[in-house]
Amino acid sequence: MALEHWLKVWASLPVLLQGLSVNLALLGGLLSLGFVLGIVFAVLEVYGPRPLRFFASLYSWLFRSIPEILLLLLVWLGPSRFGKPITGFTAAVIALGLRSSAYQAQIFRGALQAVPAGQMLAARALGLSKLQAVRHVLLPQAFRLSLAGWGNEFAVVLKDTTLAYAVGVVEVMFHARSLGAREMPLTLPAYITVALLFLGLTYAGLSLLGVVEKKLRIPGLEARR
Amino acid sequence: MLLRVENLHKRYGKEEVLRGVSFSLEKGETKVIIGPSGTGKSTLLRCINRLTEPDRGRVFLEDVEITSPRVNINKIRAQIGFVFQDFNLFTHLTALDNVRLGLIRVKGLSKREATQRALQELARVGLADKAKAYPAELSGGQQQRVSIARALAMDPKLILFDEPTSALDPELIGEVLSVMVELAKSGMTMLVVTHEMGFARSVADEIIFMEKGVIVEQGPPEQLFKRPQHPRTAEFLRRITELYGGEG
Amino acid sequence: MTLVFRWAWLPRLTQGLALTLELTALSMALGAVLGVMLALARVYAKGPLLPFYGLASAYVHFFRGTPLLVQLMALYYGLPSLGIKLHPFTAGLLALTLNTAAYQAEYFRGAIQSVKSGQMLAARALGLTRLQAIRYVILPQALRLAIPPWSNELVYMLKGSAVVYLVGVLDLMGQAKTIAAREFRNFEVYIVVALFYLALVFVFTVVLRWVERRTHIPGLALPGRA
Repeated sequence: MALEHWLKVWASLPVLLQGLSVNLALLGGLLSLGFVLGIVFAVLEVYGPRPLRFFASLYSWLFRSIPEILLLLLVWLGPSRFGKPITGFTAAVIALGLRSSAYQAQIFRGALQAVPAGQMLAARALGLSKLQAVRHVLLPQAFRLSLAGWGNEFAVVLKDTTLAYAVGVVEVMFHARSLGAREMPLTLPAYITVALLFLGLTYAGLSLLGVVEKKLRIPGLEARR
Repeated sequence: MLLRVENLHKRYGKEEVLRGVSFSLEKGETKVIIGPSGTGKSTLLRCINRLTEPDRGRVFLEDVEITSPRVNINKIRAQIGFVFQDFNLFTHLTALDNVRLGLIRVKGLSKREATQRALQELARVGLADKAKAYPAELSGGQQQRVSIARALAMDPKLILFDEPTSALDPELIGEVLSVMVELAKSGMTMLVVTHEMGFARSVADEIIFMEKGVIVEQGPPEQLFKRPQHPRTAEFLRRITELYGGEG
Repeated sequence: MTLVFRWAWLPRLTQGLALTLELTALSMALGAVLGVMLALARVYAKGPLLPFYGLASAYVHFFRGTPLLVQLMALYYGLPSLGIKLHPFTAGLLALTLNTAAYQAEYFRGAIQSVKSGQMLAARALGLTRLQAIRYVILPQALRLAIPPWSNELVYMLKGSAVVYLVGVLDLMGQAKTIAAREFRNFEVYIVVALFYLALVFVFTVVLRWVERRTHIPGLALPGRA
């Protein structure tokens, strides 16, 4: 692992960064999918009728118990088994998005339950419907309370985007691997560089969230730690 | 002389908590330290066994300088019992194991000897039947009695009490005080920080009144309570009587 | 288009299951040992030991901030360029262990720091040395407090261990891949594997709840937990 190998890897940095942009696109897609479904399932689990509540917790348990990489393979292989193949990228967004929705549901559920019961009562006393109360009073508070947990989830799924490598997505791991395949001594520097890129992204993302959290802070509304 | 404290100083940041405190304690004596909250009484106790390191000054236990850097402080602490305001019983251990821990790990007793000794001390504080209970299963008064047993079991030369009844519900204070009264009668050397004026009056050989990091006045209880020499002492006693009632 | 499942897959999958369990158990156990040491360094290394705090913190940040897959690939494909050729199983075990140690370190650190400060004080007042106080008073409490987050980590690692098939380990996933390659029934095989994992998670959860109850001591719980 001599200096020349490092220099060669760094010369290929644009390729790695291009790969990383695919990971980021994946991240954007799966976080959005997970966010929307996560809220739906969280609200269902807290306020839904009993059968739906049960379904929501079963869903959440399933997607938190199957290995991410296996979910990816299932979502990728399933449709093509029934004659409707999808791309690896789409499969990754769906599989990792569904998984993330289960975790995000858990985060939002905790936050919803942390909002004092009096808030719902006061909203209903004003004449708001249950749905309106959730939408305008409960969720705005729950979002703020869930930012810390959401930060954790962001850090986890950011790293999980590398799993898309297993279904043939041309992302950063793919490029790192091909650098090493072309010239064996480049392998370790390439992976270490990728590791450092992720380290940078993780901390950049988390500090950005920290800024958001500060911006949205309201006196008296803090997550209990 | 069992304990000699010379010119102790301690500062936290800008605040000087102890500003030159000196006094001594004879074997078998009980001294009670009184004074407003935040005047360094607890810090003083912790400086004596160096749970808090004093900035300046010296402490002697029977002519051994505790404050010397060459001394093995763990050996010294084993000879000085400490009873905390909030008990600090080891949460994961039963009452029996709380008392045994020091006997086994510090004094090197066998498990059997330690058990025997621990049960004896628990009986002495009236809790033989609670040996198997965890701290959370005991009332505050019972927890404090276990912590006194834990200190006693080590055969200490003296025991430091840091407001031992301040964290207790009023109806539980009596059981702890009566254990302490018995201890004093049995000849144990005790240094007690407390707001219990009744206890101070009836048990103490001498009262030390501390304020703002210095000893303002010290003397036998009848003198200090009836004829305080210093206006600050009189003022403090007047306020504490209003707060806690005459006999405290 | 019907799905076809075969009993004949089971022997191979069972072999894979054994390897998955072995990997998970070994990496969790080794990770716990390393994790406790890292946590102790992060909490207690001060003064002349300060470099250990720095090292432990750097380790934890690096391994938590980078993907497990990168760590695995670097160990398996990268180390040979330094003349170190690891067996797939060794590379897998090493990657999982190094990874979980960083996460476990944080759980243990949180648990150690949630033991009330009076506990250390009371132990020192009795004459216990700092090391004795950690060993007999702090750690027994912290380890119990760490059981719930540790249980989560176990499930994470069970799932995480699935990536090692990418370097050729014949764990549950690896065995499934070989069956799938022969029989062109990959979707079905992976569904069976998913059922295996679900069953494992279920069993782990039940067992760990039992352990948590068995080791429960009144009055000893993380803030916010009964």
